[in-house]
Amino acid sequence: MDQKLSPVSKFFLIVIFVILYAPIFFLVFYSFNSGGTMYDFEGFTLEWYQELFSDTRLLIIVLNTLVVALLSALIATIIGVIGAIGIHSVKKRSRKNAILSLNNVLIVSPDVIMGASFLILFTIAGYQLGFYSVLLSHIAFSVPIVVLMVLPKLYEMSPTLVDAAKDLGANSWEVVTKVILPFISPGIMAGFFMALTYSLDDFAVTFFVTGNGFSTLSVEIYSLARRGVSLNINALSTLLFLFTIVLVVVYYFINQRLKTNGTGGRK
Amino acid sequence: MNQKVTRQLYMLPYTLWMIFFVIAPIVLVVYYSFLDINGDFSLANYEKFFTPKYLKMALSSFWYSFLITLFSLLIAYPTALLLTRTKHKQLWLLLIIVPSWINLLLKAYAFIGIFGTYGITNRFLEAIGIGTQQILFTDFSFIFVAVYIFIPFMILPIFNSLNQLNPALIDAANDLGASKWTTFRRVIFPLTMEGVKSGCQVVFIPALSLFMLTRLIAGNRVITLGTAIEQHFLVTQDWGMGSTIAVFLILIMFLFMALTGKRKRGV
Repeated sequence: MDQKLSPVSKFFLIVIFVILYAPIFFLVFYSFNSGGTMYDFEGFTLEWYQELFSDTRLLIIVLNTLVVALLSALIATIIGVIGAIGIHSVKKRSRKNAILSLNNVLIVSPDVIMGASFLILFTIAGYQLGFYSVLLSHIAFSVPIVVLMVLPKLYEMSPTLVDAAKDLGANSWEVVTKVILPFISPGIMAGFFMALTYSLDDFAVTFFVTGNGFSTLSVEIYSLARRGVSLNINALSTLLFLFTIVLVVVYYFINQRLKTNGTGGRK
Repeated sequence: MNQKVTRQLYMLPYTLWMIFFVIAPIVLVVYYSFLDINGDFSLANYEKFFTPKYLKMALSSFWYSFLITLFSLLIAYPTALLLTRTKHKQLWLLLIIVPSWINLLLKAYAFIGIFGTYGITNRFLEAIGIGTQQILFTDFSFIFVAVYIFIPFMILPIFNSLNQLNPALIDAANDLGASKWTTFRRVIFPLTMEGVKSGCQVVFIPALSLFMLTRLIAGNRVITLGTAIEQHFLVTQDWGMGSTIAVFLILIMFLFMALTGKRKRGV
C-alpha cells in the first residue's frame, strides 16, 4: 500500500515526523556540548552526565518520581479493576451511565482544576502536603483511566463463562480470580501502564499539591527551566528518552504477546 | 441478597474514591467560589469575574485555545489520513505517540533552546537574511509549542475513526464517479466526525488551562484561564477568585462537551 502515497504525501509525513522528534534530539545533542549552552556546540563531553549522577538531590527526586508512579499505578489499578467489575455488574442502565459520567469527570477535567481542587481538599482535611498528598492525587486521577481500560474487556467476556464456572462448582472468589481476572488481564496491563505514564508525565496536579519538602521530576524541571538553560536537564532528558523507549518497547511486546494469547483459546 | 452484599463490597473502595476525589473536590471548588478574600460568604468574586479585565482574559484564552485546536486539526487530519495508508500503520502510529510520552516540561524546555535569541531558529533566519527575531516570549512561540504538544493527541482519535472506516464506502464513492475531493468531503470527513470531535475535546479544554507553557514559552505575555487559576491559588493566595475562575472553566468544559456531542459511553 505504500506505493499509493504520492511523493508530496510522503514528504508531508516526513516533515511531521522530523518536527515531532527534532526537539527531543536537539536536547540529546546538546547534552554532549562542553560549551554549556544550547546554541554553540564546542566539543564533545560527558561532563553533564557526571554532574547529573553526582547530584544526589536530583537522584532522590528521580527516585521519588518512580516510587510515586509505581505505587500510584499499582493502587489505582487495584481500585480501578474492582470498580470496573462493580460497574460491570450494575444492571440498571441509568445508574451505570451516571457512574460512568462521574468516572469520566477526572479524565476530561483540566489538570489545573484537579490540582486546585485537591489542594483545597487536602488543606480542609488538615492534611500535610508532601509525599502522601502527591501519591493520593496520582492515585485519584489514575483510577478512572484504569476503569476505562478494563471495562471493555469485561464486556467482551461472555457471561456464559461465569455461569459455566459456577455450574462447575466455583465459588465467587474463584470466579473472580480464576475466570474474570485472567480474561481481563490485557486490560489490566494496559490500565497499569497508562496510569504509570500519566503519573510520570504529570506536572500541573503535582505542582499544586506538592508543598515545600517534596518534589517530582516534572516540578523540578519546571523550576530549573524557569531559571534558564542548564545542560544537566539535557543529560537528564537523554536518559528519560531512553527510558521511555524501553518502556514503549516493553509495552508493545507485552501487548503483542497478550493479544496472540488472548485470541488463541478464548474466542 | 448475598450477591448484592458482595457487589457493594466490590464497589466500596471505588465509591470512596469517587466521593473523596470526584464529588468532594467539585463541591469544595463551588463552595470556595462564594468566599471572598476574608473568608466571608459573598458574590464578590462573580461580580469581579464580569468586569472587563477578567472577561478580556477569558476571551483571549478562548481565542488562543481556538487557534491551537484549529492548527492541530489542520495538521493532524492529513497526517492521520496518510498514516492509515502506509504499510505497518500501527508501528507508524506508535512512533507518532512516542514523543507524547516524553515529559511535557522537557519538550517546553527544548523550545527555550530552539527559539532563544541565539537559538537554532534565529541562526537559520540570520542565514537566509531575515535577521534575528524575538521568537521566544511571543504569541507565535506559544501557539507553535502548544500545537506541537497536542498534535499526537489529535492524531490518535482521528486515526482510530479513519481506521474503522469501511473501505468499501470509498470504493463505492469512486465507482459512482465522485472525485477524490468529493469523496473526502462527502464520505470520509463526515464519517470520521466522531474522531475529529474527540480530538477537539482533548485539545481545546487542556489548551484553556495550560499554564506552564505561558510561563516558560510565552513569558507571562499570554494569560490563559489556567494561568489565572494558578496565579490565584499559588501566588496571590486568593482561593475564592481562583475557584470562581475554575467554576467557569468547569462550566465551559461541560458546554463544550455538550456541543461536540456525547462520546460513546459504556459498550
